[in-house]
Amino acid sequence: MRRPALRARGVSVRIGAATLLDSVSLDVHAGELVALVGPNGAGKSTLLSVLTGDLTPFSGTVDVHGRPVTEWTLGELARERAVLTQEHRVAFPFPVGDVVRMGRNPWRGTPAEDLDDLEVAAAMHDCEVTHLAQRRLPTCSGGEKARTALARVLAQRTGILLLDEPTAALDLGHSETVLARVRARVDAGAAGVIVVHDLNLAAAWADRVVLLDRGQTVADGGIDEVLTSDLLSRVYEHPVEVLRHPVTGGLLVLPDRITAARQRLEV
Amino acid sequence: MTQTHLQAPPARTSRPTPPVTPERRTVALFVALSMALVVASIVAAGSGQLPVPFVEVVGSVLHRFGIDLGPLPSHPRGEATLWSIRFPRVGMAILVGASLAVAGALMQGVFGNPLAEPSVVGVSAGAAVAAAAAIVFGLTFAGAWTVAACAFIGGLVTTFVVYALSRADGRTEVVTLVLTGIAVNAVAGALLALLLFLGDTQAREQIVFWQLGSLNGSRGAYLLVVAPLAAAGLVAAIAFSRRLDLLALGDRPARHLGLHVERFRMLTIVAVALLTAAAVSFCGIVAFVGLIVPHLVRMVTGPGHRVLIPACMLAGALLLVCADLVARTAVAYADLPLGMLTSLVGGPLFFWLLRRARRTAGGWA
Repeated sequence: MRRPALRARGVSVRIGAATLLDSVSLDVHAGELVALVGPNGAGKSTLLSVLTGDLTPFSGTVDVHGRPVTEWTLGELARERAVLTQEHRVAFPFPVGDVVRMGRNPWRGTPAEDLDDLEVAAAMHDCEVTHLAQRRLPTCSGGEKARTALARVLAQRTGILLLDEPTAALDLGHSETVLARVRARVDAGAAGVIVVHDLNLAAAWADRVVLLDRGQTVADGGIDEVLTSDLLSRVYEHPVEVLRHPVTGGLLVLPDRITAARQRLEV
Repeated sequence: MTQTHLQAPPARTSRPTPPVTPERRTVALFVALSMALVVASIVAAGSGQLPVPFVEVVGSVLHRFGIDLGPLPSHPRGEATLWSIRFPRVGMAILVGASLAVAGALMQGVFGNPLAEPSVVGVSAGAAVAAAAAIVFGLTFAGAWTVAACAFIGGLVTTFVVYALSRADGRTEVVTLVLTGIAVNAVAGALLALLLFLGDTQAREQIVFWQLGSLNGSRGAYLLVVAPLAAAGLVAAIAFSRRLDLLALGDRPARHLGLHVERFRMLTIVAVALLTAAAVSFCGIVAFVGLIVPHLVRMVTGPGHRVLIPACMLAGALLLVCADLVARTAVAYADLPLGMLTSLVGGPLFFWLLRRARRTAGGWA
């Protein structure tokens, strides 16, 4: 078995009396896109923080390419993994192009520095922000800011991508193009973890789904295995129906509003 | 007929004019600031109760450097006035102006907050308290450097205190920062008052002079103390500029790009304390320079620190050379306090900037 690019073993996170993560384990291999799903407060972002090394778990370990994340220097780590956080605030009104270029910082002083212009241009093209290059970030819309942040992450050109809700602020069209770009990176050999709320996006783009609930892994497996009506209805505490697309056969996850209305009447 | 022909618009105007790129604007700004600084310094050195014409100031400088060009000062005391009084004072204005403007830019970068500034958050006052204590208690542990060393320690401690008090959840809210500044300034003001009460007449005079802020009495020996402090702080600021850009993304994204955020913050705070000490130890509290200059420069250059920091150096130096020139020539036979002057002009200008920043989307939310 190949060594996973990213491995978490028995990770628990406690803040005060609250247990945010309870013995969660996760392997992500190169060429694999894992979707982290679950209801609000399930611990998805907390798990991502542990995987990035931002948060030191109460117990458990995180390895990047087989080496504990704590043993990497921040500079080395920044050349291995890029992270998209949920917040896209910038303290000063930098132009979009400058923000994307900041993603190249880890490569300063390395031979890859010569690719800066190329990578920045490619990432901006991929995230459809090329026309915004001169615009100051605070004047951009929420979706434009999110795409700028993602372009910065892609410009970093790392083998591991950890993306916290990359599509949260994006419209349908941009969500699709952006996830297609991430998918292309993964197909080219990157290891990807994305936190998504839209289960249809998870079904369409991920190889594997990890379903978290109240800090625990409820399911970890293929799309068909995890995205089932029973499991999702239980975890989301709302009736969910999972259908097959009549043409492609892909999974469609929808809230079952008829059952929900009936349940409300019965209560 | 010929006239109408001449007045006809040239064909060129129908073509779109080439856009002014940010790079060209930046180059133009550096050229303009450098030239203005040189001219202002020469004018400032020539002005005063004993006026020395522009060409004679230039001539005097050139002769010092072994170039026999231009006339020497015609007044018998001209040469001495220039070299023992005027040049040290202009030199001090340049160092203090550059230090304060860059200290402001650094603080704004490290707090991620365009309102941070040594005098607003109370770092200047903290440095002044420590320096005043050195005077009142007659400390001499570091010789001529004692006052500057105390100012540095005072500034460093105050910056850390402000940093610790005003930060919550990894960011500094504008309101928290300003309120922290009010509290820190109040405490520092009380301590200064206490030192004023404890000190003898001579010490009192010196402390009062500080609170007002002035370049009066700048001597060559002081310059030798201030210059290394300022130089160290300015060199550090230039070295930090790329990392300051990353910090604007926020703590976590900066970390993900390989920046050791906490360590870098501490380094920057030390640089701010160095620069503040350089400015405060002999010249007292000159407020608002660190706020106004970076704001104005950002309007031209944008927020990138690699351009902002060097431009702030030049613009801060220029501002203080001009302000000091006004301070000592506006009223005949009187040397107005420089700090009063910068606050008088800087306060309202700051208020205007504040409103402008809130209106345009380029400001802070």
